[in-house]
Amino acid sequence: MADGTVTRTCAPRAGAALSGGRGTVRRTRWILALLALTILLAACSKTAPQNTMNPAGPTAQTEKNLLVLVLWPAAAVFLIVEGGILLISIRFRHRKDRDRMPPQIHGNTRLEIGWTIAPAIVLAVIMVPTVSTIWELARQPADAMQITVEGYQWWWGFRYTDPDMAVSYGDHDAIVTADVMVIPTGTTIDLTLTSLGGGAHSTSGVPDHEVIHSFWAPRLFGKQDVIPGETNHIVFAADEPGIYWGQCAEFCGLQHGKMKFRIRALDEADWQRWVANEKQPAVTPPAGSAQQGMDLFFGTNGVGGQCIQCHGVGGTKATSTAAPNLTHFAATTHECFAGCDFETFNPDGTPNVEALKAWLRDPNAVKLGAKMPDYGLTEQQIDLLVAYLYSLK
Amino acid sequence: MADTTAHAAPVEHTSTGLPSTKLAMWLFLASECLLFGALITTYVLYRGASTTGPYPNQIFDIRYTSVSSFVLLASSLTMVLALTAAEQRDFARMRLWLVATAMLGLTFVGGQVYEFTSFYHEGLSIKSNLFGTTFYVLTGFHGVHVTVGILMLLSLVGMSWAGRLPDDQAFPVEMVGLYWHFVDIVWIVIFTVVYLIPQPKPAG
Amino acid sequence: MVTAASVPARTGIIRRPTATTGWWSWFTTVDHKKIGLLYGFSAFAFFLIGGVEALLIRSQLAKPDNTLLNADQYNQIFTMHGVTMIFLFVMPMSAAFFNYLIPLMIGARDVAFPRLNAFSFWVFILGGLFLYSSWFLGGAPNGGWFGYPPNSTTDPSIGMTFYALGLVITGIASSAGAVNLAVTVVNMRAPGMTLFRMPVFVWMGLVVQFLLVFALPIITVALFEMLFDRRWGTHFFDPTAGGQPLLWQNLFWLFGHPEVYILILPAFGIISEILPVFSRKPLFGYQFVVFSGIAIGFIGFGVWAHHMFAVGLGPVANTAFGITTAIIAVPTGIKIFNWMGTMYKGDIHFDSPMLFAVGAVAMFVIGGLSGVTHAVVPSDYQQTDTYYIVAHFHYVLFGGAVFGLFGAMYYWWPKVFARQLNELWGKVQFWILLVGFNLTFGPMHILGLGGMIRREYTYPAALGLTFWNQVSTVGAFLIALSTLVFILNAALTQRRSKGLANEDPWDARTLEWTTSCPPPIYNFEEIPVVHSIDEFWHRKYVEDKEGRLVRVPAGASDHPADGHKEGHAIHLPSPSFWPLVAAVGLPVIAYGVLYSWWLVGAGALVTVVGFMGWAMEAPVAE
Repeated sequence: MADGTVTRTCAPRAGAALSGGRGTVRRTRWILALLALTILLAACSKTAPQNTMNPAGPTAQTEKNLLVLVLWPAAAVFLIVEGGILLISIRFRHRKDRDRMPPQIHGNTRLEIGWTIAPAIVLAVIMVPTVSTIWELARQPADAMQITVEGYQWWWGFRYTDPDMAVSYGDHDAIVTADVMVIPTGTTIDLTLTSLGGGAHSTSGVPDHEVIHSFWAPRLFGKQDVIPGETNHIVFAADEPGIYWGQCAEFCGLQHGKMKFRIRALDEADWQRWVANEKQPAVTPPAGSAQQGMDLFFGTNGVGGQCIQCHGVGGTKATSTAAPNLTHFAATTHECFAGCDFETFNPDGTPNVEALKAWLRDPNAVKLGAKMPDYGLTEQQIDLLVAYLYSLK
Repeated sequence: MADTTAHAAPVEHTSTGLPSTKLAMWLFLASECLLFGALITTYVLYRGASTTGPYPNQIFDIRYTSVSSFVLLASSLTMVLALTAAEQRDFARMRLWLVATAMLGLTFVGGQVYEFTSFYHEGLSIKSNLFGTTFYVLTGFHGVHVTVGILMLLSLVGMSWAGRLPDDQAFPVEMVGLYWHFVDIVWIVIFTVVYLIPQPKPAG
Repeated sequence: MVTAASVPARTGIIRRPTATTGWWSWFTTVDHKKIGLLYGFSAFAFFLIGGVEALLIRSQLAKPDNTLLNADQYNQIFTMHGVTMIFLFVMPMSAAFFNYLIPLMIGARDVAFPRLNAFSFWVFILGGLFLYSSWFLGGAPNGGWFGYPPNSTTDPSIGMTFYALGLVITGIASSAGAVNLAVTVVNMRAPGMTLFRMPVFVWMGLVVQFLLVFALPIITVALFEMLFDRRWGTHFFDPTAGGQPLLWQNLFWLFGHPEVYILILPAFGIISEILPVFSRKPLFGYQFVVFSGIAIGFIGFGVWAHHMFAVGLGPVANTAFGITTAIIAVPTGIKIFNWMGTMYKGDIHFDSPMLFAVGAVAMFVIGGLSGVTHAVVPSDYQQTDTYYIVAHFHYVLFGGAVFGLFGAMYYWWPKVFARQLNELWGKVQFWILLVGFNLTFGPMHILGLGGMIRREYTYPAALGLTFWNQVSTVGAFLIALSTLVFILNAALTQRRSKGLANEDPWDARTLEWTTSCPPPIYNFEEIPVVHSIDEFWHRKYVEDKEGRLVRVPAGASDHPADGHKEGHAIHLPSPSFWPLVAAVGLPVIAYGVLYSWWLVGAGALVTVVGFMGWAMEAPVAE
């Protein structure tokens, strides 16, 4: 009432209909249990290629171990608290036949201090392995293999900077690849993450910019951001040969969702073969469409030549680093291209000619905003270029 | 100061005993501390980081800026004098000192305009390098705050002269005074951090 | 101090409006209750828009390699979804409740600065409209709600310039509102209403206002720096000139972390009001709840880099922020136990407000637990920037804040509209929402750990994430269905005639329920004198000889005639249109920055004229 007094009688409140009975409460319990289960189910999906709960290397394994360690107390707290809320809701629900005024308890200081200290202790305990793992993962072993990761809009380049990985031609520069990072198993790798850009530009002239990316191959390691002007590091190893998927994990513009890569771990023999091949300059194709494609690529006969403005091909005059290096484009390990958005090969191992043709025809049409311009190539020119590129084994 | 006329609104009774406007002004000034704090932090972060010139030691004329800083400092004095006059209910004198404060502020801003123009002609623009970026934005924000202060001061003078201030004219003058002194203190910090503390000379 | 008699009798050049009814009165109102309603309706409208954006996102992600939206459209939609829900829905909806209720709860007639209050609202709504005008003027913001440069500063579309300008405008609104409400709580409490007799909702409101006052300037600076980089070629975040992109992140999260407490504390306040009323016992541990809220406010400024664990700050910083993040879990957790303690041994009535409040607690716990897992820094290297994070913040923000806000709507609907939302449909909404919400966001934990990054417009089938994405999409449409139920409930309720049989339908505890439904424009005929926490409750119930609570007989009152008598005339400030005028200049300035210096000048002139008119108008219409 406006004068501050209460004039109504102590009648059951209007609208105070009791909520549905036990059924609704059971339903809640069921929903919450399902929820708990679903989180645990994440560990079961073994085939998912980017599943953090199926680690394939010590770094990811360490990170998973920590999570699992923490999930136990988290699950316990979940059960206690949610279970408590449920039990209290059921036990102290108003019953139509009882209209009682409950005891007006204001608090219990000892209890409250207790439930302040207890969680603090649990958290402190959790932080011990947390902090030690932070430092463990920050170590950069001096004898690790050094690979520089280069993030562009929207593809990944890889540069093998160890002295014993230099190419055998030219000025013995580092081996440079794109889209697929090949590594030996059981070897500690130290990745240096760099963000680059400013070379390629889209059909409308919009250049690629140095922006922030993040390098993440979930089965091998947690991500670290790739920041222009900074160099972050990831130290990891792959236990077994295999293909491990990854993608950029920091929003970097239009095609952030398709800035993907793969890590191919090879056993020792395959690894040596791969290195030996990479150290070789690009194949010079025999006469035929592949060679005509090469002429078009380099503009040897006055037609074409735009390709070498951005793409590098080892052992030739094409030395630009603005776009993915194509020296060994058709090596079997280079299984995807254009930001790992397209498969280089069909499942049966034959060249995925259609995908490459579509890309050359109009990059923007198959990947909106792609920084490779549409050069208005004729179908015949496309065929020649495809032949050349697939000769670059 | 209760008033017993028929249409009087009661004296504002507040929980703290302080006028709400004063509390609001202090809170606003606290947020302004964060604003300038972030701008100054940006400036400090980028000290010596410019990849190209011109550099502060090539551009600054400390003597000139010292003079204009003194002018701004003096305006705080005239502000205090204005408030004192208001409290003594000598409103003509109050207006005089308010005008003086505004004029000194205007001199400061004018001095900055001249200073920035000469910097610009020496090659320092907002996009020439990090120094230009951070310098102009930081001092520019401050200059805008001074300008707003000048507008408030002149408004006070006009409203007082036209008899449109409440009877207790000292109160709004005190509020504007708080703002003015704050802006002055911020300048002292900026002047020290930007002009006086020498920047590391970039290598080559 | 201003006394009316000392203001000259001359009016302003233009007469100050007097009408408090009619459609024009909504543009000139300075009444905190009307302003609260304006905030509430606007915020709800943005909730619906943000919800549509969410449905578009979920529809696009319902299957792999989907082509419903292309990359460009998707990036705009997810950006605007975040911006809308945070800045245009949750914050203003909280402001709606703070505005409407805080003066009533502390026994005041209005806020400290009623015209500033109106100004805040108009600036907010104009800022929101400005942001949305971007869709029609070249493209909406597309750099994420967090807008990391250099991407956001180099993106060629105009959207992120709208972002910078629009959020500066809404930031001004929130800052002005924060100063206003903070001073109101500190300075305008009824006699006897000490700080520790205030409702917890008011306490949480006070902490929120202080967080706003200190956090908003930081993001304002960051936004200006972004604006300058985009518009005038400065180098704040330009790595090619030595700028550091991380500067933005630090500034943004120095704001951004307190921001999440700004988003959740109102709901904590709401829960702290609803639980005692519907358990029919006081809040368990009032002081702990209040102090933990204050602690969250302070510690909240010390955890910001936990949003940056993967940017390479180094093990020292990561350790420090991991620890502070663990620390802040403590005051947050305490509240949960205090709320459980409130319900324990209570006489719990599960009306709709209570369902939503308990639901909010239950959902927040899940979000809080996943939050604790983020504090485990090396594990966060896997979690960050994935759907696991999306799951976390939706559990705390949607599960905590939005459930809480719905609870508030059911709870205070009778007070505001003199009608009660239908109970059955309220329960229907709740259960559909609870199921839909968990179906939408529960699977996102799996998606994140299963390797799905954030902010991607599509994903390949080979990732094995299709099933849970589909489940999530179904859940999203269930949420939409539950919202429709609410809208229908509200619409049908409002069509009934005004008037409650019982103006204290919930047998509540706090002062706002002592007024009529809705309260008169002046709130209280006489300013109440307060003697305890839950003042209203203690006027209704006293302890008998055996210490049991008994109802005070109808008509009697413990406190006869102790109201603060002010004479027969209650003086309220008249409506004013100057706040609206001053507000209008701001988006004009913003459009000017985009298009023409003349507009900047024009907008500045309008704003200055608005402030001058405001300063010079008579306090009460003649």
